[in-house]
Amino acid sequence: MSSDIDITQHDVAPEMCADEVSAARAPEPPKQPPRRALTKISRATYLKEGLLRNLFLLCACVAVAGVALIFIFVGLKGWPIFAKVGLGPFLAGGTWYPTKGFFGILPLIVNSLLAMSGALLLGAPLAVGTAVFLSEVASPRARAIVRPAVELLAGIPSVVYGFFGLVLLRPIIAGLFGGLGFGLLTVWLILAVMIVPTIATLTEDALRSVPDGIREASYSMGATKWQTIWRVLLPAAKIGIIDAVILGMGRAIGETMAVVMVAGNARVIPDGILKPFLTLTTVIVMDMPYASGDHRTALFGVAIVLFIISMLFVGAIRLISRFGKEVG
Amino acid sequence: MQSRERVNKTLTNRLALGVIWLAAIATVAALGTILLYVIINGIGQLTPSFIFTWPHGVNMEGGIWPTIQATLYVTALAMLITTPVAVLAAVYLAEYAVQGRLVRVIRFAADSLASVPSIVMGLFGLALFVEGIGMGFSVIAAALALSFLLLPIIVRTTEESIRAVPKYIRWGSYGLGASKWQTVSKIVLPSALPRITTGVILAAGRAAGETAVVIYTMGTMINAPISPLDPGRTMPVHLMLMAQEGINLPAAYGTALLLVLMVLAFNLIARYIGRRNRRMQG
Repeated sequence: MSSDIDITQHDVAPEMCADEVSAARAPEPPKQPPRRALTKISRATYLKEGLLRNLFLLCACVAVAGVALIFIFVGLKGWPIFAKVGLGPFLAGGTWYPTKGFFGILPLIVNSLLAMSGALLLGAPLAVGTAVFLSEVASPRARAIVRPAVELLAGIPSVVYGFFGLVLLRPIIAGLFGGLGFGLLTVWLILAVMIVPTIATLTEDALRSVPDGIREASYSMGATKWQTIWRVLLPAAKIGIIDAVILGMGRAIGETMAVVMVAGNARVIPDGILKPFLTLTTVIVMDMPYASGDHRTALFGVAIVLFIISMLFVGAIRLISRFGKEVG
Repeated sequence: MQSRERVNKTLTNRLALGVIWLAAIATVAALGTILLYVIINGIGQLTPSFIFTWPHGVNMEGGIWPTIQATLYVTALAMLITTPVAVLAAVYLAEYAVQGRLVRVIRFAADSLASVPSIVMGLFGLALFVEGIGMGFSVIAAALALSFLLLPIIVRTTEESIRAVPKYIRWGSYGLGASKWQTVSKIVLPSALPRITTGVILAAGRAAGETAVVIYTMGTMINAPISPLDPGRTMPVHLMLMAQEGINLPAAYGTALLLVLMVLAFNLIARYIGRRNRRMQG
C-alpha cells in the first residue's frame, strides 16, 4: 500500500466519486512552492485508483457481456430454423412434430401460458397472503417460523420439487380424479408453491416500504386492520406487488425440471387439466437427447423464444417501476 | 345501525385475518410436507455405504459417491469463478458508479441475466463452452455456465451489503486521508464481509441444486471428476434421471434427502453468520 497520500484530497468531499475527485485534482501543476511540498506523489496512486476503477467497471460489464453472449450463441444455433421455416410459421404453427418436419411451437407456447396462469392463480394469492402476514399480522414469534420457511422454499432445488410431485402429489391426484396424475393440475400445484418465495419476499419488501404514518392515519380513523391492509396498504404497495407477480410469472414459465417430472409430456394441447402436456421448457429436455439437424436447431430456437419472453418480463417490470415513480 | 356496521366491520376483519393466517400456514405446511416426506422416505438410505460407494448395474444399486464429488466440485469451481467478479462488480455499482446510461444498461443486463430460465442457460453453455470453445462435457464448462446464473444473485446481495455499511465510516476513512480504494478495501469490504458471505453461501446452495444448466454442460456420465475437463453427473441430475426412468426409488429418495440436507446446511450456515453479525453490530 502506498503510504504517500495526496494531501489535496482533504479538500474533496468524501461522497464524491472517483472521477469527480480526479476532475477536482486535474489542474494539478502545482505552482506555489509551499503547496508543492505537501502534495507529494501521486501519479502512482492516481494510476492505481483509475486502473482499479476500470477493472471494477469491467467486472460489472460481465453481466452485459453475458446477456449478449447468450443472445449471440443460442441465437446462432437457432437462427437457421427461423430462416428455413420462417418466423411466422415457427411461432404460430399449430403442429410440433419435428421428426416429420413440422416446427410450429404455438401449442408449446399455449401450454406454457396455461401452466403459468394456473400456477399464478393459485400461488399469487398464497404468496401475497403470506407477505401480508409477515409484514402486518404476524407476531415476532410467528414471523420467526414463517420467514425461514419462505427462505427454505426458495432454496429447495427444483428437481426435488419435481420428485416430490412425482412420488407424492401425482398418486394422490390420480387417486382422487382417476388417470395417471400427470397433467396441468399437478403442475399448477407444484409451480404455485415454487413461486411463493419469489412473490412473497418482494411483496413483503414493498409493504415494508410503505411509511408507518400511513398505517397510523388509517387506524386513527377507526379502520380495522383488514381495512387498513385492503384499502390502504395493498394499493400503496401496488407497483411493488405487480413487479413481484411478474417475476413470479417469469419463474413459472422458465421452470423446467419440476415441470418435466409431473407434466407427462404428451405432444398436444391438453383437453383437460388431468391430461399430460408439453411446454416450451420441457420440450427441450425431452427432445435434446435424440434431436439432430433441424430438430436440434429448432430446440435452440425455442430457447431463444424463452429468453426473449423472460427479457420482456424484465422490461415490463422496468416500465411499470418508471411509470409508478412518475405517478406516485 | 352504527353498531351493526361495527359488527360487520369486526367480523370482516376477523375473517380476512383468518384467511391471511391460512395463507401463511399453507406456505409453512407446504414446506413441512416436502421436508417430512423426503426425510421419512430417505433417512433409511443414509448409510455410509450409500454415501461413499459407487453405483453399479442398470438399476444404480449401491452408493452415489461420484455424484456427490461432482456436485461439490462444480459448485466450488463455479463459486471460485463467480465470487471475485461479482463482488468487484458490486463494488463498482455501490461505490463508484454514477447514475447514467451505462449503469442503467448494467442493471438491466443483471436483471435479465437473473431471470434467464436455467434451461436456456444450459443450452447456452452447450453452445458456447461445450461445443463452441470445445471443452466438451466437463466440470469447467458447467462451472462457467453456472457462473452466469450466479453472477446477478451475488452482485445483488453484495451490493446490498455494501450499501448497508454506514456512510460515516467512509467519512472517517477519507478524513484520515485514505484514497478511494484504501477505503473500499480496508474499511467498507471488511465491514460488509459477513453479509457478503451469507449471500455467497446461499448462491452456492443454488448452484448445488441446479439441474438444467449442469445436464447440458457436464453430461450424465457417472464419473468422479478429477481434472476440470472431466465430465460427471451431479446429484440433481442423478435424481432426475432415476426418477424419470423410474429405477431404484430408494436411492432416489436418499439422493433427494442428501440434496435437501445440503441446501438446509447452506441455509443454516448463512443464517448463523448473519445472526452473529447482527449481534456484533447491535
